[in-house]
Amino acid sequence: MEKSLIQRLLLSDTGSKILTIVIIFIAIVVPVLNLLVPVDSPLHISTYTVTLLGKYLCYALLALSVDLVWGYLGILSLGHGAFFALGGYAMGMYLMRQIGDRGVYGNPLLPDFMVFLNWGSLPWYWFGFDHFPLALLMMFAAPGILAFVFGWLAFRSRVTGVYLSIMTQAMTYALMLAFFQNDFGFGGNNGLTDFKEILGFNLQDNTTRCALFVASAVALLSGYAFCKYIAQSRLGSLVMAIRDSESRVRFMGYRDEHIKLFIFVISAMLAGIAGALYVPQVGIINPSEFAPIRSIELVIWVAIGGRGTLYGAVLGAFVVNYAKTFFTAWAPEAWLFILGGIFVFVTVFMPKGLVGIYNQARSRNTRKKSMKESQANIRNS
Amino acid sequence: MEKNESILYLNNVSVSFDGFKAINELSLYIDKNELRCIIGANGAGKTTMMDIITGKTKPDEGEVYFGDHIDLTKKDEAEIANLGIGRKFQKPTVFENHSVFENLQLALEGHRNILSNLFYELNEDQRNKIDSSLETIGLEAEKYRMAGELSHGQKQWLEIGMLITQNPQVLLVDEPVAGMTHQESERTAELLTSLATRHSVVVVEHDMEFVRSIARRVTVLHQGSVLAEGTMDKIQNDRKVIEVYLGD
Repeated sequence: MEKSLIQRLLLSDTGSKILTIVIIFIAIVVPVLNLLVPVDSPLHISTYTVTLLGKYLCYALLALSVDLVWGYLGILSLGHGAFFALGGYAMGMYLMRQIGDRGVYGNPLLPDFMVFLNWGSLPWYWFGFDHFPLALLMMFAAPGILAFVFGWLAFRSRVTGVYLSIMTQAMTYALMLAFFQNDFGFGGNNGLTDFKEILGFNLQDNTTRCALFVASAVALLSGYAFCKYIAQSRLGSLVMAIRDSESRVRFMGYRDEHIKLFIFVISAMLAGIAGALYVPQVGIINPSEFAPIRSIELVIWVAIGGRGTLYGAVLGAFVVNYAKTFFTAWAPEAWLFILGGIFVFVTVFMPKGLVGIYNQARSRNTRKKSMKESQANIRNS
Repeated sequence: MEKNESILYLNNVSVSFDGFKAINELSLYIDKNELRCIIGANGAGKTTMMDIITGKTKPDEGEVYFGDHIDLTKKDEAEIANLGIGRKFQKPTVFENHSVFENLQLALEGHRNILSNLFYELNEDQRNKIDSSLETIGLEAEKYRMAGELSHGQKQWLEIGMLITQNPQVLLVDEPVAGMTHQESERTAELLTSLATRHSVVVVEHDMEFVRSIARRVTVLHQGSVLAEGTMDKIQNDRKVIEVYLGD
């Protein structure tokens, strides 16, 4: 009867099974069709599509992190875009340092924007970012530390509900304004861009693009298994208990604020990793990633997919972003209205999102079946 | 009564909210394995008293001790719960999206930190404990049902069951029979009486018939302090009590 851990995490329910199979499938097939199938074949997948799908995978990981705090812990964070962006900036700083003297100004130490601003030396917080291990650490640590400080202050003072949501929104807005400043040292308005290499591999190469795509798929699947592990543990049970009745948990002797902080920090780190994988694929990170509207969009993905299931969040991220790609090409001005419209529709008619419809239909079927069975039993007896 | 005989000791406790004295020089002692009923009109300070004992509200003045030397005014809710004081809320508060079994499992004593919960495995001993709690509250048949599907009375029992599973020394029970049918009240009375052999139980209740059926010792609160204390017969014949509470 003992199931292996992987089985338990990835194959225990239909949603997880479908998700695991689909992600593994595209992680293998997409790079093969891009690299090995000739360009003129109808089966060839363009590098543009690979990058686009890679972006969706990063968004899906981001959606997972939102679902963990919103669907399971019950905290509606409207600032998760900030953690995504911080992870992205950490990666961006590494990529900037990799440019070396190949920049427009040819300065071996300073990134172009610093030369342009007449800065004589590298600010202290840029030190070490030419080493990938440190940059990698910062991809986790930067969002994690921000989440820790923010969460520690907020949860300790027992700020909850809409007030907390507004504070998260203010946090990301404040960061956006800060990162817009040239003096802040992160490229201001333009952000970080013109990347050349990652770990010595040319970012324009198809192979590198495919590798980043596969890395995103692996990150998404590991992130999913990790979130699932938490959700299935007794800690996950507690997390949902906090969502449903926080004071009961507290009077049972648990430190609810510590548990909330732990989950919040974990979630911020996942968002940071999503951002770090996103940046080399899109080739730019700028302060618009901190924009409040971006964080609200994330919440809409999760709401549309269906919160509190993890796979719902992934589905939502894919569906909404595909729709966005489609509609912004077709009617760019209309996109926000369409998104708003979908959100209202989902909130009113499908409170459990897309996966909720499926689960409802299934439970209706099983209920019908069990009713028929019990009626048959009564007749037989 | 001497301080060292009691498990819970409140002495001259006062607390006010915006100038209103919710608790006014209240002194109260609860003995080990005692079943105490506390009655009083709305606003008499019953719930505030529980808030003070469980650390939700800090008193402005006075002493609150658990056992001989644990000063409860210096502890927060989680610490007090872990010391062994469990509380049932007025409105039944259970985890509606968890099964009855999971509700009790979360209440199990021990394992209060994050990492031990992340790598937690239930052992045979703990399963037995949960089963025995289920038996005590009479919800064996509902073990795997969602707590949200239970009737009002069953939720009340489940919450009491969660308290038992927590294995506290003192159980504070706020209005356990509110909204219960007569039969359910009777069962609750039996349940609480049986618990008082192993724990100290403090029951706050409005329902006089229920109080009469379980109480050995009754405390009447009025305007934040103790108006009278004693057996039910003595209370019912107390002139002051009749005037302010039973009179109308």
